[in-house]
Amino acid sequence: MKYLEVRNLSCVRDDRSLFKALDFDLASGQLLLIEGDNGSGKTSLLRILCGIRLPEQGRVSWHTGAEQLKAEVAVHSNESYAGDMVFLGHLDGNKLDLTVAENLEFSRSLALGNDCSIAQALERVGLKHFEDLQVSNLSAGQRRRLALARVLMSGASLWILDEPFTALDQQGIEMVEQIISGHLQQGGLVIMTSHHRVSFDRTMIISINLSQ
Amino acid sequence: MIKSSLARVFFALLKRDLLLAFRHRSELFNPLLFFVLVVTLFPLGTGADTKLLQAIAPGIIWVAALLAAMLSLDTIFRSDFEDGSLELLLLNPHPTSILVLAKVLAHWLITGLPLMIIAPLLALFLGMDQELIGLLVVTLFLGTPVLSLIGAVAIALTVGLKRGGILLSLLVLPFYVPVLIFATNAIEMAMSGLPVTAQLWILGSFLLLAITLTPWPTAAALKLSLS
Amino acid sequence: MMKFIHKTASPPYFYQLSGRWIPWLAGITVLLLLAGLYGGLIVAPTDYQQGESYRIIFIHVPAAWMSLFVYIAMAVAGAIGLIWRIKLAESVAVCSAPIGAGFTLLALITGSMWGKPMWGAWWVWDARLTSELLLLFLYFGVMSLYAAIADKRVASRAVALLALVGVVNIPVIHYSVEWWNTLHQGPTIAKFDKPSIDLRMLIPLLIMATAFKFYYVWALLLRVRVELLERERNTQWVKLLLKQLKG
Repeated sequence: MKYLEVRNLSCVRDDRSLFKALDFDLASGQLLLIEGDNGSGKTSLLRILCGIRLPEQGRVSWHTGAEQLKAEVAVHSNESYAGDMVFLGHLDGNKLDLTVAENLEFSRSLALGNDCSIAQALERVGLKHFEDLQVSNLSAGQRRRLALARVLMSGASLWILDEPFTALDQQGIEMVEQIISGHLQQGGLVIMTSHHRVSFDRTMIISINLSQ
Repeated sequence: MIKSSLARVFFALLKRDLLLAFRHRSELFNPLLFFVLVVTLFPLGTGADTKLLQAIAPGIIWVAALLAAMLSLDTIFRSDFEDGSLELLLLNPHPTSILVLAKVLAHWLITGLPLMIIAPLLALFLGMDQELIGLLVVTLFLGTPVLSLIGAVAIALTVGLKRGGILLSLLVLPFYVPVLIFATNAIEMAMSGLPVTAQLWILGSFLLLAITLTPWPTAAALKLSLS
Repeated sequence: MMKFIHKTASPPYFYQLSGRWIPWLAGITVLLLLAGLYGGLIVAPTDYQQGESYRIIFIHVPAAWMSLFVYIAMAVAGAIGLIWRIKLAESVAVCSAPIGAGFTLLALITGSMWGKPMWGAWWVWDARLTSELLLLFLYFGVMSLYAAIADKRVASRAVALLALVGVVNIPVIHYSVEWWNTLHQGPTIAKFDKPSIDLRMLIPLLIMATAFKFYYVWALLLRVRVELLERERNTQWVKLLLKQLKG
């Protein structure tokens, strides 16, 4: 059973303390919803959790199954952690001048495992038959879907999603919610921020409010 | 598994960047055009005295190449930073330093190589001896990748800034001095018929050093810029 | 050991400690400077080749030494800050840059003042002056990078990284410039034969060098203290300190 352990995490940005002494555990099948006002440090927290940003204090460890492998994310991005985690930021990370398929092919070569083929991933996010279109021709919502297809394909167990619903229509939001629940049911972990009210099974959700 | 796929990732990234550059062909010519323009300005500024131009030709061509290389640096990481794909390059199980190397190689193929190809023409403009042109190309071949590699560190430090332009030149130019010195010195020595193997070896060792040493600070700097 | 270092390097403790050192450092610096200047300007004999104008070396040479020394100190502090994430080390690296740039500028100005009667020109592309000029650019690079990045914690890490890259390159730059200079044989200096230096010249020179070192530590502490206060202005100990100052 995989789990993420966060202890005594604090973050300072531009000399301002955003959050202090944050503790939580997240286990397989759980979703962590990070709430808070604008500027309360949600994005900074996600960046610390995925290993881009260094925390002011504290420790993030990733435990995987029987081996008890510990990856100290806070120190530097660790191979075993980086291979088991996927991040979707504010920016989609798509190359506008590449086609949909080219984008996914490239991100697939970066990932270690892969769960499904490009066609399957595109079908699940509702972008079937868009393979050969340049991303610059897609709408903002479609680009977000493409980024989600990348998440789906990564084969990672921990998904870190920053506002995954941005630019999506109602049907898109429902689709993403389904994808996330599916991932949780398969024993995955999700950490996300969202302005939308999410409709997941309450038993799986832990939430943290950074404004309090 | 990670090791065997490293080469695959390297070439996938190289291919992606070359493909992107190919789809943006017009941008390819900007540094090249700058290079030609700067070199053209010199005879206009100094007078068209053949002797004088011949004497300072290596310096002119190298300074112009250096400035052109510097101006093109921004393209290494800028677009990746703006569309978020830089995050993906850092957050994967492969060592960032290798990915950085792939990006710098792509950048050199896009900007450095064309400079190398057009330089002989400019050398003729300035009346350089034809036998020396081969040597000029060799110095560019050894020197311009060093410029890209060192420049990558500086651009990685400044990519998150809105106006990094002048700062970039301040960061980069002092580090370019050794390359400039040995490259132009090689050509000048050859002009007076002296052997230049020492200079070429030194340039070659700069290149090897830059390949082995610069990817780490570049990777670390990228992480800082994204945090 | 690490515990001791972390305790000493913790900002509030350091702030107190350095407060007690500063008057001593200031006193020693002034005394050494006076002694060195007296020795250099009055006691030391006139040079038989250069006359009185050589006396500027009592400023120039220690300044040039310090310009390199401070850069290395900055890189070492930066490395410590990067590896062990000690805030104090980061501040030391950042605060060293302007002081080092000051020494470099001083070395350049005194060098050209010395050069005017010697070479008949204010500026000559002499190897050492050129290296010194490039060093000044390196310092400027460090300072502008720090100024350009808004988040000062990130900025000081970036500066540390740059200083480390720079410190690897300084010898390369220095020897390249020397090679360039010897090969070009431009309007270079008639090299003076180096007589063994008179003790009456050497001693003031060494005193001045020590005085400059003390000045560096003094100026550094003053800067680091301000820097720490500014960075930690939202912490408890700074607020407490301010309250105490207000009375």
